[in-house]
Amino acid sequence: MYYRAKKIIALILLHTFLLSVALSCVCPLLWMLNASFKSEQEFRDDFGLNIAAAFNWENYKKVLFDEGLGYYFLNSVFYTFITVFSIVIVSSLAAFAFSRLNFPGKNAIFFIFLTAMMIPLPAGFVPVYILLNKLNLVNRIGYVLAMSNMGLSLSIYLLKTFFDQLPRDLEDAARIDGCNKLQIWWNVGMPLIAPALAVVIIFNSLNVWNEFVLASLMFTDDALMPLQAGLMGLYNNNVTQHTLIMAALTVAALPIILLYLKMQKQIIKGITSGAMVG
Amino acid sequence: MIDKTIKDKVVNFSFVFPAFVIFSVFYLYPFFYSFILSFQQTDGIYYSKFVGLQNFKEVFASGLDWQNFKWWSITWWKASSWWNSMYNGVFITFWALTFQNILAFALALGVDKAIKTGKIYRVIFFILPVLSEIIIGLLMRELLLTNPGILNQWLEKVGLGFISHNWLGRESVLLTTALVHSWKGFGWAFIILLAGLQTIPEELYEAARIDGANYMQRFHRITLPLLMPVVSLVIVLTLLGTMQAFAMILALTRGAAGLTEVPVMRIYNHLRLSQVGLACAEGIVLGAVLIAVSFTMFNLSKWIRSRWGVLPR
Repeated sequence: MYYRAKKIIALILLHTFLLSVALSCVCPLLWMLNASFKSEQEFRDDFGLNIAAAFNWENYKKVLFDEGLGYYFLNSVFYTFITVFSIVIVSSLAAFAFSRLNFPGKNAIFFIFLTAMMIPLPAGFVPVYILLNKLNLVNRIGYVLAMSNMGLSLSIYLLKTFFDQLPRDLEDAARIDGCNKLQIWWNVGMPLIAPALAVVIIFNSLNVWNEFVLASLMFTDDALMPLQAGLMGLYNNNVTQHTLIMAALTVAALPIILLYLKMQKQIIKGITSGAMVG
Repeated sequence: MIDKTIKDKVVNFSFVFPAFVIFSVFYLYPFFYSFILSFQQTDGIYYSKFVGLQNFKEVFASGLDWQNFKWWSITWWKASSWWNSMYNGVFITFWALTFQNILAFALALGVDKAIKTGKIYRVIFFILPVLSEIIIGLLMRELLLTNPGILNQWLEKVGLGFISHNWLGRESVLLTTALVHSWKGFGWAFIILLAGLQTIPEELYEAARIDGANYMQRFHRITLPLLMPVVSLVIVLTLLGTMQAFAMILALTRGAAGLTEVPVMRIYNHLRLSQVGLACAEGIVLGAVLIAVSFTMFNLSKWIRSRWGVLPR
């Protein structure tokens, strides 16, 4: 009896602890959602603490169409899509070669990629920015090119280790049937590494979507900015419009939260494998 | 595959070629280029002048306030110097290492105790690390600003009114930044530690329980030594991540007139002011510090593991 009571008390304490931390994570987000449905006048009365009476889409309309957040959002979708697509193609090609093919200097090149992952470059964005400016590749192309490099080493490493674990029988069979190397990569390799590709895609998508430093530097044309840089500008222009900013933040956060809830298994795997490598 | 002809080798290399080009242009070249830039006084585009080590001299020496030097004081540099930004970075890193990681470890232990709701907690704790630093920074800024003072009102409602104060004011802004940073980051450390905890085989605990070990003994003799590699990994990654953190702090405080200026924010600001040479010099100094620290930590953790852990001596 005594033992049981002790166990129950321990469980209650544990859950109180876990629950309070969980609430600290969720409450600000719920408040953000709630406040975004209020008009600035209502917000002045209760500071967004009462639950909104109705879905008032006024702030969303204003933020998406008048403040240009809709453009920023679509820009981000576009940049993320292009960047991740190019990373997937380039890194899977390289990983396939590192794992299956032979050429002089293979190990040295792979070693360079590995070392690049380990060395922290806190100011790496400075020379990249200068370089792209000199090449006159600002705005879209420069940003996509610079971002393609960010996740490249890690993606190559993840895919290469995954390739290494796969049996070669299928590829041998394909070669005997007359496939060339490119066909083997596309028809045999790519389907086989699909689980690892999912991790690479999600990891890089989050990376590009959430990137701020280069996004705030690279764009001379405001209309081409991605979401994170746009949010900062939007905040600076509307410091007193609290509910408007909450609507903007909700627009930026909600897709990521929904994507995360849908694919949390792959996301968590992507983040942990990224950490374990580094 | 056995490829003997030169043509085969060229074909094979062409698979790596795109990756190699992107990597060379956007990693290798900038890496060496930043060393060249750091010896110049330059805006990067229109003019450049070789100035030797002057940028590094400015990084290290300017802002040291020798008049007010006291050996026991750690704040004898000027508020606008590189050392001040390093101090801020180290301060935030200290809180991330202690508060964030201990919290994450406690949560991981709690969730790992095979309670049924563990999965829900896991999902909730990881929402914050998935969101961007700008979103978190701006959201917390809105909550913490004294006008309207949302967080203060919440605290008053739940009876914790005595904690409420001017979160982003002069005295507390750095601590607030550190806490918000830890709040955003703990879920990440939690996930990695939990993944580490779950690799420890259950049989070990079972055997220990049969032998009569209590919870503390099991924790001390099984969990801690076996988790040591993951713990040291989390420590190193926290160090590297927090010293390079910047976007969240910019969104939360916009530098607060130097009060929360962290190293990367300083580099970013110098780049914006077209002092590219100085920015590169600062980047090199910070990078060297980070490499040295992570190298030391790596060897230290190896030593600790061979001393108290499970690594064979």
